[in-house]
Amino acid sequence: MRTLKILTTSAVVVVITAFSFNTVFDENENSNSSENGYKIGDVAEDFSLKNIDGKMLSLSDFPNAKGFIVTFTTNHCPYAKAYEDRIIKLDKKFKNKGYPVIAINPNDPTKNEEDSFANMQLRARQKGFTFPYLIDEGQQVYPKFGATKTPHVYILEKENGEAIVRYIGAIDDNYQDESAVNQHFVQNAVDALLNGKEVKPKTTKAIGCSIK
Amino acid sequence: MKILWSLMLLFTLVNCKSDSEKKKQNEDFSIETYNFSELESFLHKKDDKLYVVNFWATWCKPCVEELPYLLKLSEEKNIELILVSLDLPNMKESQLKPFLQKHNIKEKVILLDDPNSNAWIPKVDKNWQGAIPATKIYKNDNSKFIARPFRNYEELLDEVEQMM
Repeated sequence: MRTLKILTTSAVVVVITAFSFNTVFDENENSNSSENGYKIGDVAEDFSLKNIDGKMLSLSDFPNAKGFIVTFTTNHCPYAKAYEDRIIKLDKKFKNKGYPVIAINPNDPTKNEEDSFANMQLRARQKGFTFPYLIDEGQQVYPKFGATKTPHVYILEKENGEAIVRYIGAIDDNYQDESAVNQHFVQNAVDALLNGKEVKPKTTKAIGCSIK
Repeated sequence: MKILWSLMLLFTLVNCKSDSEKKKQNEDFSIETYNFSELESFLHKKDDKLYVVNFWATWCKPCVEELPYLLKLSEEKNIELILVSLDLPNMKESQLKPFLQKHNIKEKVILLDDPNSNAWIPKVDKNWQGAIPATKIYKNDNSKFIARPFRNYEELLDEVEQMM
């Protein structure tokens, strides 16, 4: 009888714990992009945007990719700058494993000259970007994603020819100091996808520069 | 008895004085630096005052554009304005302080130095994405969070007057 009691109590505890965890994750999943943008599990539409080499680029240009680390970033933003080296490292680490970085500048260059196409080319050269850096001319693409700021990452996984959104949010949990990072959100997410595991957490939040 | 009266008078005077000095001016442009748990008390005061807590940074163009409206509000209305700067901490002396001096901003400025923003952003407001500017307006338990810039003074005034 006593054993039964203990078993029942444990079961109740387990159920409650599971339930609370679920609630936390559910809440997060619905709250990290602008209302009309992609949610976790949505299919991301392909796009065609001008790369810094002057050529148009689409996701379909990467037939062998398993997915993409789509990163909205920009020149002028200090938070984006703080992450440039880390974005390069992500690309170097995951491009050969099938998850290249695709960087997109979503800002309107007429609002800030620093974000112009010429300055994008310059910045990419200075920093030695190893990934495409596309300009969202006419600002048609970032609203589809629901990106609100830079940097803002969307990890897509290819499944039956479609690009499914698996992660939305920050690169890691310390914008100030790479060496003090505790959780490498993007790296962990891509590792999970490569190992056929569930991405956790699926969404995170970070301070960034509003897209203008 | 006489002493008691004197004491009461003194207290009254002291009270009046502190009232007239309600708007404490930050004459030397000092900047307090807090992590989020230290900042949190400024988001939940229950002292019947109306607080306007603005998250901004010197490099954030829409933030800087709406600053004059916030400063005007603080001057004209009986509110407590707190400017929470998200400038990178290493820019405190080189950028933030010169900015305050240049624009003669003597309001309360707090530099939020807490890199784990994923942990604290939802504690400010569960729907906030982390883009700035963003403003929390509250009085005791009544609060609202506005995660966009104010386009003009009237827009800000309207939000504040609804809470008064």
